[in-house]
Amino acid sequence: MIQFEHVSKHYDEGYDALKDVSFTLNTGELAFLTGHSGAGKSTLLKLVMLMEQPTAGHIQVGDQLLSHLTRNDIPYLRRSIGVVFQNHQLLFDRSVFDNVSLPLQICGYSPVDAARRVRAALDKVGLLNREKMNPRALSSGEQQRVGIARAIVHKPKVLLADEPTGNLDPELSEEIMRLFEQFNRVGTTVLIASHDLSLIRSMRHRMLTLKSGRLIADG
Amino acid sequence: MDKKRGAERVQPTREAPVAQPSAKRGAEHHKVDLKGHSESWLRNHSEVGKSALAKLLGTPVATVMTVAVLAIALTLPGFLFTVLSNVQNLTQGWEGETRLSLYLETSLSDEDADRFSRSLLMRDDIAAIDYISRSQGMLEFKKYSGFGDVLDAMSDNPLPAVVMLLPKSKNVADLGLMRAGLQALPEVNEAVLDLEWLQRLDAMLAVAKRAVFVLGVLLGLAVLLVIGNTIKMEIESRRDEIVISKLVGATDAWVRRPFLYTGVWYGLLGALSAWVIVQVAWLMLETPAQELAQLYRSQFQLSGLGFFGSFLLLFTSVLLGWIGAWTAVRRHLREIEPR
Ligand SMILES: Nc1ncnc2c1ncn2[C@@H]1O[C@H](COP(=O)(O)OP(=O)(O)OP(=O)(O)O)[C@@H](O)[C@H]1O
Ligand SMILES: [Mg+2]
Repeated sequence: MIQFEHVSKHYDEGYDALKDVSFTLNTGELAFLTGHSGAGKSTLLKLVMLMEQPTAGHIQVGDQLLSHLTRNDIPYLRRSIGVVFQNHQLLFDRSVFDNVSLPLQICGYSPVDAARRVRAALDKVGLLNREKMNPRALSSGEQQRVGIARAIVHKPKVLLADEPTGNLDPELSEEIMRLFEQFNRVGTTVLIASHDLSLIRSMRHRMLTLKSGRLIADG
Repeated sequence: MDKKRGAERVQPTREAPVAQPSAKRGAEHHKVDLKGHSESWLRNHSEVGKSALAKLLGTPVATVMTVAVLAIALTLPGFLFTVLSNVQNLTQGWEGETRLSLYLETSLSDEDADRFSRSLLMRDDIAAIDYISRSQGMLEFKKYSGFGDVLDAMSDNPLPAVVMLLPKSKNVADLGLMRAGLQALPEVNEAVLDLEWLQRLDAMLAVAKRAVFVLGVLLGLAVLLVIGNTIKMEIESRRDEIVISKLVGATDAWVRRPFLYTGVWYGLLGALSAWVIVQVAWLMLETPAQELAQLYRSQFQLSGLGFFGSFLLLFTSVLLGWIGAWTAVRRHLREIEPR
């Protein structure tokens, strides 16, 4: 589902964030991406959804070679990927409900259909009773979960998560990770960047480890 | 037999669900047929249109300020255009009063001249004639010029006999032809159309029209800039929303849409305000204008923007709003990419 072939990324101001990274994540697989702060985890995820372009190498998502996509194709690629952002990227000018339904509005779902899916997604992350609130009024852990609900609301083929448990207590962190496992069980391909090593290890999934932009361990 | 044919017919549709499962997960799962697609497109447009208007009305002070600027910029050319068209209506009324003066040959005897003027009455392109004989002309000239003594000293009357005609046609080209025809008659020395001052007025009107047009273009440009700048600030203030929408798969068109609608609303609101101002101004002018017309026994009536003018005002303004928004969006939206 996600394939990296000798991918390097060099930021204009700065050094190489990724160096010659190659790996394949099969359809329906779940893997963790780990490494020290600044190792290149976020960069790798950004490359998958074309927030950044690789300096070298090829990336394939599904059957699409990203270097072949035009500007107009990018939105459709992003619709097939759900993303939980490190800084959750919520809009504070609207309710939790409207935040979660944004991807559905963009895809053109009917309001009734969208409302049903939004409630299902909020229910999964345990925030159904918060739908009318402004995300500003939520704790950062709750905000994080709203971000997760938004990432899964349109049932994407691929789910990427950047530090989804960064602001959560250990108990909630595990609960969220179990949630990702649950999505994975219904066939979603999941890639989670996290440096919560103890939690990740306990879950016994594939682990990709980055160090200064190089993939130093896979397994 | 029947059953088999049925099965065959069904086959193509049966193929689809069979082929689907492999590529079934995800957003594509929500397959929207053509009807559903156009439905959701329409729904999106009407929602975006409504919410753009709601946003404008939600910040009434800022909206009123912008709309006021637009209204002023649109009122000025709108008002001047109607002034011009009214002046044109007025002069068209005057063209009906056009007269043709025939200066007859001085060699013509008084009887011949009189007979000639009567013969003109038979023509069906002439409504009325007024014959002024040489001696009559002399008398009037003496009376009005004060050169009586000089003329008395002259042995011969130097003035020609004159026939003043009121042509039936009011068309300038017809009158020109008629003048040429009369000029060609042996009895006529010179035929003069009292049209020159009208032609001068027409030329002045043409200049004024050009000036109003230039002013209109300049103020149209101002409308474009005002709307463009307003939209630019709007884009700035909604940067987060744009970034996040793009992150979850919004197309450029989707992101553009609310701003285009905002531009169209501004154009429409500006045009409606300008329309009201122009119409009220004409209403206020109507009574004095009618009194004036009565003094001159004229049938002249003021006309406001009218249907065509109103339509033109609305249409150009909405178009300018759309174009202004579009250029702003084009320039600023690409810069906003998620990082
Ligand atoms: N937009 C950018 N411009 C320049 N350098 C960047 C940019 N984004 C990231 N980098 C650099 O690339 C390297 C990798 O950054 P990245 O955000 O991928 O790390 P990370 O593994 O996600 O770290 P963290 O765990 O702290 O989130 C860092 O050294 C960072 O400074
Ligand atoms: Mg990061």
